[in-house]
Amino acid sequence: MDTRSLIACHECDLLCRDTPVAPGSKACCRRCGALLYRRIPDSLDRTLACLLGAALLMIVANAFPIVGLEAQGNRTSTTLFGSVRVLYDDGMTSVAALVFATTILMPALDIGAMLYMLLPLKLGWVPKGLPVMFRLVQTVRPWGMVEVFMLGTLVSLAKLGHLAHVVPGVALWSFGLLMVLAAGAAASFDPHELWARADAIARQPQSFETGAVAAEAAR
Amino acid sequence: MTAITAAKAGLLVCHTCSLLSRPSAGHEAACARCGASLHLRKPDSVTRAWAFLIAAYILYVPANVLPVMKTGSLFGAQSDTIMSGVVYLWTSGSWPLAVIVFVASILVPGAKMLSLTVLLISVQRRSMWRPQERTKLYRVVEFVGRWSMVDIYVAAMLTALVQFQALATIKAGPAAIAFGAVVVMTMFAAESFDPRLMWDPVRRHDG
Repeated sequence: MDTRSLIACHECDLLCRDTPVAPGSKACCRRCGALLYRRIPDSLDRTLACLLGAALLMIVANAFPIVGLEAQGNRTSTTLFGSVRVLYDDGMTSVAALVFATTILMPALDIGAMLYMLLPLKLGWVPKGLPVMFRLVQTVRPWGMVEVFMLGTLVSLAKLGHLAHVVPGVALWSFGLLMVLAAGAAASFDPHELWARADAIARQPQSFETGAVAAEAAR
Repeated sequence: MTAITAAKAGLLVCHTCSLLSRPSAGHEAACARCGASLHLRKPDSVTRAWAFLIAAYILYVPANVLPVMKTGSLFGAQSDTIMSGVVYLWTSGSWPLAVIVFVASILVPGAKMLSLTVLLISVQRRSMWRPQERTKLYRVVEFVGRWSMVDIYVAAMLTALVQFQALATIKAGPAAIAFGAVVVMTMFAAESFDPRLMWDPVRRHDG
């Protein structure tokens, strides 16, 4: 029995045949209905596009203030890291750490590790430590909570709305877009294709060199 | 028709990259593709999930009783629990927000802990009751838990923004710590729970 043609449902452990499905459709477990895998057209390109956008937005979202507040001539504004800082200074170390980890560290690790894996694969070589990076992404992903943070920010803005004049900052819009792009990257990422591509490249490691030699010989 | 599971066929599934492999006796098994360690089921799944879950139940009390935010202003100090914050939002007319905060910070964590309790007990009793529905419940629990973090972010943003020295300041209260811990504990509990345990007593193909 060739285990490569089989796949086990991660929710009920049923063995299913790994049959190719049409691009854009998905395969579900016939016993419990869990999503087994999807075939996404141009998965790698789409994921990379979303990731590159997300990486840039991540920088903007952290460099600029999220919101400003004006009340009786006073003006305050805060960046995301600024709010972590205030919590830390107030002695709320664990809450500060939680906010930092879920809104800055984990999303950054997620985007960074994904780019580290996918860019080289797109360019035709297998990055060092691909398995470690893959495991890192799987561990880190549930802890990135940019979309929840967006909701939290909107709720706090609405709370402050009748106390002071609220000025939305550049980072607020960036976070909104970042949320969309991160979801897009996650939705178009196909781990199946990643391993298949890495396998294919690993099997013919000298393709570039042989190509060059062939070109040389032709001359 | 009898269901053939990976466990019955003597195959191990990698939790991380889902590659199937045949266990080789003698040494610690690791996935050939991604290097993650391989287990038939998540190790000590039920025990670990119970431990995290009980911790979450205990922390849920201070999270709801202690103040989550302390407001200081010219007109005196005031402290708010999660529930009084919801009541304030409701009475001040922003009921959509009141509903969001109530669902995210009180209903969801409570429902999540109860659901995990039901799932854990059903697994320990080797129950064959509606595995499909229980699997769906697990999926929902896993997806929905993160949204409870909303209140933490609200506290963080308010603390950072409302710093008008004499006029008004907001500080996060001790409940924020407890509440954050509840969310983290329930996430760990859901993560250590292995949904395949629900299907192990089920032999039939169609559930």
